[in-house]
Amino acid sequence: MNDDTRREMACQELVEVITGYLEGTLPELDRLRFEAHLASCASCQEYLEQMQALVRLTGKLTTRSLEPENVDSLLSAFRRWRDSQTGL
Amino acid sequence: MAPAAEMRSADADFIDRLRGGDEAAFVSLVNAYSASLRRLALAFVPNDAVAEEVVQETWLAVLTGLARFEGRSSVKTWIFKILANRAKTRAIRERRTINFSELEDPFEPDEPAVDPARFLPVSHPTWPGHWASPLDSWSASAEDAVVGREMMGVLHRELDRLPESQRVVVALRDVQGWPAAEVCEVLGLSEANQRVLLHRGRSRLRGVLENYFKDNV
Repeated sequence: MNDDTRREMACQELVEVITGYLEGTLPELDRLRFEAHLASCASCQEYLEQMQALVRLTGKLTTRSLEPENVDSLLSAFRRWRDSQTGL
Repeated sequence: MAPAAEMRSADADFIDRLRGGDEAAFVSLVNAYSASLRRLALAFVPNDAVAEEVVQETWLAVLTGLARFEGRSSVKTWIFKILANRAKTRAIRERRTINFSELEDPFEPDEPAVDPARFLPVSHPTWPGHWASPLDSWSASAEDAVVGREMMGVLHRELDRLPESQRVVVALRDVQGWPAAEVCEVLGLSEANQRVLLHRGRSRLRGVLENYFKDNV
Protein backbone atom coordinates (compact mmCIF):
# COMPACT_ATOMS: atom_id res chain seq x y z
CA MET A 1 0.00 0.00 0.00
CA ASN A 2 1.50 3.31 -0.98
CA ASP A 3 1.23 6.62 0.85
CA ASP A 4 -1.45 7.91 -1.48
CA THR A 5 -3.98 5.33 -0.46
CA ARG A 6 -3.50 5.89 3.27
CA ARG A 7 -3.29 9.65 3.20
CA GLU A 8 -6.37 11.70 3.91
CA MET A 9 -8.04 12.91 0.74
CA ALA A 10 -7.44 16.62 0.09
CA CYS A 11 -10.16 18.84 -1.36
CA GLN A 12 -8.19 19.24 -4.59
CA GLU A 13 -8.18 15.47 -5.08
CA LEU A 14 -11.84 15.12 -4.13
CA VAL A 15 -13.01 17.46 -6.89
CA GLU A 16 -11.17 15.27 -9.43
CA VAL A 17 -12.59 11.92 -8.32
CA ILE A 18 -16.12 13.14 -7.60
CA THR A 19 -17.54 11.85 -10.90
CA GLY A 20 -16.11 8.42 -10.19
CA TYR A 21 -17.74 8.63 -6.78
CA LEU A 22 -21.12 9.60 -8.24
CA GLU A 23 -20.79 6.88 -10.92
CA GLY A 24 -19.99 4.29 -8.29
CA THR A 25 -16.73 3.38 -10.00
CA LEU A 26 -14.31 4.64 -7.35
CA PRO A 27 -12.17 1.86 -5.87
CA GLU A 28 -13.32 0.88 -2.38
CA LEU A 29 -10.35 2.45 -0.59
CA ASP A 30 -10.77 5.76 -2.42
CA ARG A 31 -14.47 5.73 -1.70
CA LEU A 32 -13.73 5.38 2.01
CA ARG A 33 -11.17 8.19 1.86
CA PHE A 34 -13.70 10.30 -0.07
CA GLU A 35 -16.41 9.74 2.52
CA ALA A 36 -14.04 10.25 5.45
CA HIS A 37 -12.97 13.58 4.01
CA LEU A 38 -16.54 14.59 3.26
CA ALA A 39 -17.59 13.94 6.85
CA SER A 40 -15.28 16.67 8.09
CA CYS A 41 -15.29 19.21 5.23
CA ALA A 42 -18.29 21.52 4.83
CA SER A 43 -16.94 22.99 1.57
CA CYS A 44 -16.59 19.59 -0.06
CA GLN A 45 -20.08 18.64 1.14
CA GLU A 46 -21.31 21.77 -0.58
CA TYR A 47 -19.27 20.90 -3.68
CA LEU A 48 -20.88 17.46 -3.85
CA GLU A 49 -24.32 18.99 -3.43
CA GLN A 50 -23.56 21.49 -6.20
CA MET A 51 -22.62 18.66 -8.56
CA GLN A 52 -25.77 16.74 -7.68
CA ALA A 53 -27.90 19.88 -8.16
CA LEU A 54 -26.19 20.47 -11.52
CA VAL A 55 -26.99 16.95 -12.72
CA ARG A 56 -30.66 17.36 -11.72
CA LEU A 57 -30.86 20.77 -13.42
CA THR A 58 -29.21 19.51 -16.60
CA GLY A 59 -31.82 16.75 -16.63
CA LYS A 60 -34.50 19.42 -16.89
CA LEU A 61 -33.10 20.87 -20.10
CA THR A 62 -35.14 19.77 -23.06
CA THR A 63 -34.37 19.31 -26.71
CA ARG A 64 -36.86 20.09 -29.40
CA SER A 65 -38.11 17.13 -31.37
CA LEU A 66 -38.56 17.30 -35.14
CA GLU A 67 -40.50 20.04 -36.87
CA PRO A 68 -44.00 18.74 -37.70
CA GLU A 69 -43.49 19.08 -41.48
CA ASN A 70 -40.44 16.84 -41.21
CA VAL A 71 -42.44 14.19 -39.37
CA ASP A 72 -44.91 14.37 -42.27
CA SER A 73 -42.18 13.98 -44.87
CA LEU A 74 -40.78 11.00 -42.95
CA LEU A 75 -44.20 9.44 -42.93
CA SER A 76 -44.39 9.87 -46.70
CA ALA A 77 -40.96 8.28 -47.01
CA PHE A 78 -42.14 5.41 -44.83
CA ARG A 79 -45.17 4.88 -47.09
CA ARG A 80 -42.99 4.92 -50.20
CA TRP A 81 -40.67 2.44 -48.57
CA ARG A 82 -43.61 0.20 -47.59
CA ASP A 83 -45.04 0.32 -51.10
CA SER A 84 -41.69 -0.56 -52.62
CA GLN A 85 -41.51 -3.58 -50.28
CA THR A 86 -44.94 -4.91 -51.17
CA GLY A 87 -44.29 -4.22 -54.85
CA LEU A 88 -41.43 -6.73 -54.82
CA MET B 1 -37.09 -12.06 -14.75
CA ALA B 2 -34.85 -11.65 -17.76
CA PRO B 3 -35.09 -8.00 -18.76
CA ALA B 4 -32.45 -8.25 -21.47
CA ALA B 5 -34.18 -11.15 -23.17
CA GLU B 6 -37.55 -9.45 -22.82
CA MET B 7 -36.17 -6.28 -24.36
CA ARG B 8 -34.66 -8.21 -27.24
CA SER B 9 -37.95 -9.90 -28.02
CA ALA B 10 -39.84 -6.59 -27.72
CA ASP B 11 -37.29 -5.15 -30.16
CA ALA B 12 -37.73 -8.08 -32.52
CA ASP B 13 -41.47 -7.67 -32.33
CA PHE B 14 -41.10 -3.99 -33.11
CA ILE B 15 -38.87 -4.68 -36.10
CA ASP B 16 -41.47 -7.12 -37.38
CA ARG B 17 -44.13 -4.43 -37.15
CA LEU B 18 -41.94 -1.95 -39.03
CA ARG B 19 -41.08 -4.46 -41.72
CA GLY B 20 -44.78 -5.20 -42.01
CA GLY B 21 -45.32 -1.52 -42.81
CA ASP B 22 -46.96 -0.55 -39.49
CA GLU B 23 -47.15 3.26 -39.68
CA ALA B 24 -47.98 3.71 -36.00
CA ALA B 25 -44.85 1.77 -35.05
CA PHE B 26 -42.73 4.05 -37.22
CA VAL B 27 -44.31 7.24 -35.88
CA SER B 28 -43.86 6.10 -32.29
CA LEU B 29 -40.18 5.41 -33.01
CA VAL B 30 -39.73 8.84 -34.60
CA ASN B 31 -41.46 10.53 -31.68
CA ALA B 32 -39.54 8.57 -29.07
CA TYR B 33 -36.06 9.26 -30.41
CA SER B 34 -36.01 12.38 -32.58
CA ALA B 35 -35.32 14.81 -29.73
CA SER B 36 -32.39 12.71 -28.48
CA LEU B 37 -31.10 12.24 -32.01
CA ARG B 38 -31.25 15.96 -32.61
CA ARG B 39 -29.32 16.61 -29.41
CA LEU B 40 -26.66 14.12 -30.41
CA ALA B 41 -26.47 15.60 -33.93
CA LEU B 42 -26.04 19.09 -32.48
CA ALA B 43 -22.93 17.90 -30.72
CA PHE B 44 -21.34 17.43 -34.14
CA VAL B 45 -22.90 19.87 -36.57
CA PRO B 46 -22.94 23.67 -36.37
CA ASN B 47 -26.62 24.47 -36.14
CA ASP B 48 -30.16 23.36 -35.56
CA ALA B 49 -31.13 23.28 -39.23
CA VAL B 50 -28.30 20.93 -40.14
CA ALA B 51 -29.02 18.80 -37.07
CA GLU B 52 -32.62 18.45 -38.19
CA GLU B 53 -31.45 17.37 -41.65
CA VAL B 54 -29.12 14.79 -40.17
CA VAL B 55 -31.98 13.39 -38.10
CA GLN B 56 -34.13 13.21 -41.24
CA GLU B 57 -31.34 11.41 -43.10
CA THR B 58 -30.97 9.02 -40.20
CA TRP B 59 -34.62 8.01 -40.34
CA LEU B 60 -34.38 7.44 -44.07
CA ALA B 61 -31.26 5.32 -43.49
CA VAL B 62 -33.19 3.38 -40.84
CA LEU B 63 -35.86 2.56 -43.44
CA THR B 64 -33.23 1.50 -45.96
CA GLY B 65 -31.41 -0.60 -43.38
CA LEU B 66 -34.48 -2.21 -41.85
CA ALA B 67 -34.30 -5.26 -44.08
CA ARG B 68 -30.68 -5.86 -43.10
CA PHE B 69 -31.01 -5.18 -39.36
CA GLU B 70 -29.95 -8.35 -37.58
CA GLY B 71 -30.71 -7.44 -33.99
CA ARG B 72 -27.13 -7.76 -32.81
CA SER B 73 -27.56 -4.49 -30.93
CA SER B 74 -30.77 -2.91 -29.65
CA VAL B 75 -32.87 -0.93 -32.11
CA LYS B 76 -32.05 2.20 -30.15
CA THR B 77 -28.29 1.66 -30.30
CA TRP B 78 -28.48 0.82 -33.99
CA ILE B 79 -30.34 4.06 -34.78
CA PHE B 80 -28.00 6.22 -32.70
CA LYS B 81 -24.94 4.69 -34.33
CA ILE B 82 -26.36 5.55 -37.75
CA LEU B 83 -26.92 9.11 -36.51
CA ALA B 84 -23.42 9.43 -35.06
CA ASN B 85 -21.82 8.27 -38.31
CA ARG B 86 -23.95 10.58 -40.45
CA ALA B 87 -23.37 13.55 -38.15
CA LYS B 88 -19.60 13.03 -38.27
CA THR B 89 -19.62 12.84 -42.07
CA ARG B 90 -21.79 15.92 -42.24
CA ALA B 91 -19.56 17.83 -39.80
CA ILE B 92 -16.57 17.17 -42.05
CA ARG B 93 -18.53 18.29 -45.08
CA GLU B 94 -19.55 21.47 -43.23
CA ARG B 95 -15.83 21.96 -42.56
CA ARG B 96 -16.46 22.39 -38.92
CA THR B 97 -13.18 22.22 -37.09
CA ILE B 98 -14.00 19.36 -34.85
CA ASN B 99 -11.46 17.42 -32.94
CA PHE B 100 -12.55 13.82 -33.22
CA SER B 101 -9.32 12.62 -31.73
CA GLU B 102 -10.57 14.32 -28.59
CA LEU B 103 -13.14 11.56 -28.32
CA GLU B 104 -10.45 8.95 -28.52
CA ASP B 105 -7.97 10.66 -26.26
CA PRO B 106 -9.73 12.96 -23.84
CA PHE B 107 -6.73 13.11 -21.53
CA GLU B 108 -5.10 15.85 -23.59
CA PRO B 109 -4.76 18.58 -22.57
CA ASP B 110 -5.01 18.28 -18.84
CA GLU B 111 -7.88 20.25 -17.44
CA PRO B 112 -8.39 20.65 -13.69
CA ALA B 113 -11.97 20.50 -12.39
CA VAL B 114 -11.35 23.62 -10.31
CA ASP B 115 -8.79 26.41 -10.74
CA PRO B 116 -5.70 25.27 -8.73
CA ALA B 117 -5.47 28.79 -7.27
CA ARG B 118 -8.57 28.01 -5.23
CA PHE B 119 -6.59 25.52 -3.15
CA LEU B 120 -3.79 25.95 -0.61
CA PRO B 121 -0.42 24.87 -2.04
CA VAL B 122 0.81 21.31 -1.56
CA SER B 123 3.60 22.81 0.53
CA HIS B 124 1.10 24.15 3.07
CA PRO B 125 2.15 22.82 6.52
CA THR B 126 -1.31 21.84 7.80
CA TRP B 127 -3.85 21.91 4.95
CA PRO B 128 -2.13 21.06 1.64
CA GLY B 129 -4.58 20.93 -1.26
CA HIS B 130 -7.51 22.11 0.84
CA TRP B 131 -9.86 24.92 -0.14
CA ALA B 132 -8.08 28.25 0.39
CA SER B 133 -11.39 29.80 1.42
CA PRO B 134 -14.72 28.12 2.15
CA LEU B 135 -16.99 27.46 -0.80
CA ASP B 136 -20.00 29.77 -1.27
CA SER B 137 -23.14 27.85 -0.59
CA TRP B 138 -25.65 27.93 -3.45
CA SER B 139 -26.59 24.31 -4.04
CA ALA B 140 -29.79 24.66 -2.01
CA SER B 141 -31.03 27.69 -3.95
CA ALA B 142 -30.00 26.38 -7.40
CA GLU B 143 -33.27 24.50 -7.77
CA ASP B 144 -35.35 27.35 -6.42
CA ALA B 145 -38.06 28.27 -8.92
CA VAL B 146 -37.37 31.99 -8.42
CA VAL B 147 -33.79 31.61 -9.64
CA GLY B 148 -34.90 29.10 -12.27
CA ARG B 149 -35.54 30.45 -15.73
CA GLU B 150 -32.60 32.71 -16.31
CA MET B 151 -30.13 30.28 -14.78
CA MET B 152 -31.46 27.44 -16.91
CA GLY B 153 -30.87 29.64 -19.95
CA VAL B 154 -27.27 30.16 -18.86
CA LEU B 155 -26.84 26.44 -18.27
CA HIS B 156 -28.24 25.61 -21.71
CA ARG B 157 -25.98 28.14 -23.44
CA GLU B 158 -22.89 26.91 -21.63
CA LEU B 159 -23.71 23.28 -22.35
CA ASP B 160 -23.69 24.22 -26.03
CA ARG B 161 -20.28 25.86 -25.56
CA LEU B 162 -18.58 22.80 -24.09
CA PRO B 163 -15.97 21.12 -26.28
CA GLU B 164 -17.77 18.68 -28.62
CA SER B 165 -16.82 15.46 -26.96
CA GLN B 166 -17.75 16.75 -23.48
CA ARG B 167 -20.98 18.22 -24.75
CA VAL B 168 -22.16 15.05 -26.39
CA VAL B 169 -21.41 12.94 -23.32
CA VAL B 170 -23.06 15.40 -20.90
CA ALA B 171 -26.04 15.74 -23.23
CA LEU B 172 -26.58 12.01 -23.50
CA ARG B 173 -25.91 11.21 -19.85
CA ASP B 174 -27.44 14.18 -18.04
CA VAL B 175 -29.95 15.72 -20.47
CA GLN B 176 -31.20 12.45 -21.98
CA GLY B 177 -30.48 10.32 -18.94
CA TRP B 178 -28.73 7.51 -20.82
CA PRO B 179 -26.77 4.90 -18.86
CA ALA B 180 -22.98 5.06 -19.24
CA ALA B 181 -22.81 1.74 -21.09
CA GLU B 182 -25.09 2.93 -23.91
CA VAL B 183 -23.13 6.16 -24.34
CA CYS B 184 -19.91 4.15 -24.57
CA GLU B 185 -21.41 1.85 -27.19
CA VAL B 186 -22.89 4.55 -29.42
CA LEU B 187 -19.83 6.81 -29.29
CA GLY B 188 -17.28 4.02 -29.27
CA LEU B 189 -15.72 5.23 -26.04
CA SER B 190 -14.10 3.26 -23.26
CA GLU B 191 -15.80 3.46 -19.87
CA ALA B 192 -12.85 5.44 -18.47
CA ASN B 193 -12.84 7.97 -21.32
CA GLN B 194 -16.56 8.43 -21.09
CA ARG B 195 -16.15 9.20 -17.39
CA VAL B 196 -13.34 11.70 -18.00
CA LEU B 197 -15.45 13.57 -20.57
CA LEU B 198 -18.47 13.56 -18.26
CA HIS B 199 -16.29 14.77 -15.40
CA ARG B 200 -14.78 17.62 -17.36
CA GLY B 201 -18.10 18.72 -18.79
CA ARG B 202 -19.87 18.64 -15.44
CA SER B 203 -16.97 20.37 -13.70
CA ARG B 204 -17.04 23.22 -16.20
CA LEU B 205 -20.79 23.62 -15.87
CA ARG B 206 -20.53 23.65 -12.10
CA GLY B 207 -18.02 26.50 -12.45
CA VAL B 208 -20.49 28.34 -14.68
CA LEU B 209 -23.23 28.06 -12.07
CA GLU B 210 -20.82 29.14 -9.36
CA ASN B 211 -20.03 32.31 -11.30
CA TYR B 212 -23.71 32.84 -12.01
CA PHE B 213 -24.54 32.80 -8.33
CA LYS B 214 -21.60 35.03 -7.48
CA ASP B 215 -22.75 37.64 -9.99
CA ASN B 216 -26.51 37.46 -9.79
CA VAL B 217 -27.79 36.23 -6.50
